[in-house]
Amino acid sequence: MVEKLELWRWTESRWTNPDLDWKGKVITSGVDVGSVSSQSVVLADGELYAYSNMRTGSDSPDSAMKAINWAMEDTGLKLEDIVYTVGTGYGRVNVPFSQRAITEIACHARGGNFMYGPSVRTILDMGGQDCKAIRCDERGKVKNFLMNDKCAAGTGRGMEVFADLLGVSINDVGDLSLQVDKEPPPVSSTCVVYAKTEATGLLREGWPKNKVLAAYCSAMAHRIMTLLERIGVEEDFAITGGIAKNKGVVKRLEKEVGIKIMETSKYDPQIAGALGAALFAKALYDKGKRK
Amino acid sequence: MITMGIDLGAKNIKVVILKDNKIVAKSNVLAGFEVEKSAKKAIDKAFKEAGVTRDDIEKIVSTGAGEKLAPFYDETKSVVGCDSLGAVFLHPAARSVIDVGAEEGRGMRCDETGKILDFEVNEKCAAGAGAFTEAMSRALEVPLEELGALSLKATEEIPMNAQCTVFAESEVVTMVHNNVSKANMAKAVHDAMASRITSMVRKIGFDKDVVLVGGVANNIGFVDSLNKDLGLEVVVPKDPEFVGALGAALAAAGWKGGA
Repeated sequence: MVEKLELWRWTESRWTNPDLDWKGKVITSGVDVGSVSSQSVVLADGELYAYSNMRTGSDSPDSAMKAINWAMEDTGLKLEDIVYTVGTGYGRVNVPFSQRAITEIACHARGGNFMYGPSVRTILDMGGQDCKAIRCDERGKVKNFLMNDKCAAGTGRGMEVFADLLGVSINDVGDLSLQVDKEPPPVSSTCVVYAKTEATGLLREGWPKNKVLAAYCSAMAHRIMTLLERIGVEEDFAITGGIAKNKGVVKRLEKEVGIKIMETSKYDPQIAGALGAALFAKALYDKGKRK
Repeated sequence: MITMGIDLGAKNIKVVILKDNKIVAKSNVLAGFEVEKSAKKAIDKAFKEAGVTRDDIEKIVSTGAGEKLAPFYDETKSVVGCDSLGAVFLHPAARSVIDVGAEEGRGMRCDETGKILDFEVNEKCAAGAGAFTEAMSRALEVPLEELGALSLKATEEIPMNAQCTVFAESEVVTMVHNNVSKANMAKAVHDAMASRITSMVRKIGFDKDVVLVGGVANNIGFVDSLNKDLGLEVVVPKDPEFVGALGAALAAAGWKGGA
């Protein structure tokens, strides 16, 4: 049997803060179970202590469990040490050890505010099966948002379809797409199925892979722009989610918006939702204690 | 008078030759990537069947997404215009026409001469077109021609959450994992697509009789779902995929209803 190449497989990640000792501190956590990826973040006294970012399995509670266990791996932390957990994301009601579920919009704004600082006013979360444009204040509170979760155009899933079509690892798509002398016209930005048909035709015409990828990244940037246009972009502008790692989309989007996009966080940009959830968990725990 | 209609669709190229408003030849060729070549092939096939050459043909009308790629033609005409002409010719009581093609869906209202009164087109999203059933037939590993009959054997109504073809593919995989029967999944697919088409058609409203044309009209499962959604029985003419090309040939002949 021929082994199927899994080109959509993006790199999972895990991190622990080497300068922090969790012992004696208040441990809270946030778990974001998304349609494609799941993240967990552990805070010690409100400071970022550990996180994990991995693929979502077919079972939400199981994915949540795996994510938190991986973040706690080798730290000596146990589930019982966590005093408060907030679940978020598409599977937020299926986080077995959580005390509360909070929408991913609120969590992304809060997490984005922590990751990128209080100057952030617009957060674009580009996820696996949806895309959200969020406007927030200096405290990371949501002022307005717009979301596309109906259509694969402009989402990570659409990018996976293209990585698969061209036989390119999803991690390389962005860089490859930037290796063109001249920007080709974009393929269809309204539907991934049509874009795929167009791309197949272009490949037949003899277009190299990087040029086809450029045409798709630019279509994706264009699609996201229509979402941003409707809500308006205020500086500072940051991107979270998996596509934040794709320079091919980010660079082209920056050009379309005409506003500088903040340098990608040193932490994995996919953890913003879980981070926000963990921050909410800390606030909720403190509030409960005061009563 | 001999006229010809060419319909260059997203997936197939259809040609109809009329002699005194009677169909004397029709051909259907996959468009592929070399559309001009395929168009020539389709035309040659129809010429041969009718036993005519280009010089015998008084007028040629081209239609469809690739209308300008036909090797030769005298005029182009919109797809909705051709669809309604063809539908009224085949079924004089037609006042609404729904065309579901490979990559587009269209709804139109017309008068007894086949003149368009109002129309609505979806050319932005594959979920309301044949591409959707094609993707689902791949995901279900059921040949497209069998998908319709299979869905009529469904025992349960299962709603499909995804509106997008790409997301629906993942949803079908999840359904497979949950041991949903293929018949029930096929029905879910057709119900989802019918609801997309119905919401498009409702924007302009519809009058009886409603005629369904385009390649997807051959899918009896989709027709069944659409009938339930619209609350009526749509009329499906024989060879529904040729109605656009037929309308083009009728337009070339200057046909305006009547015998």
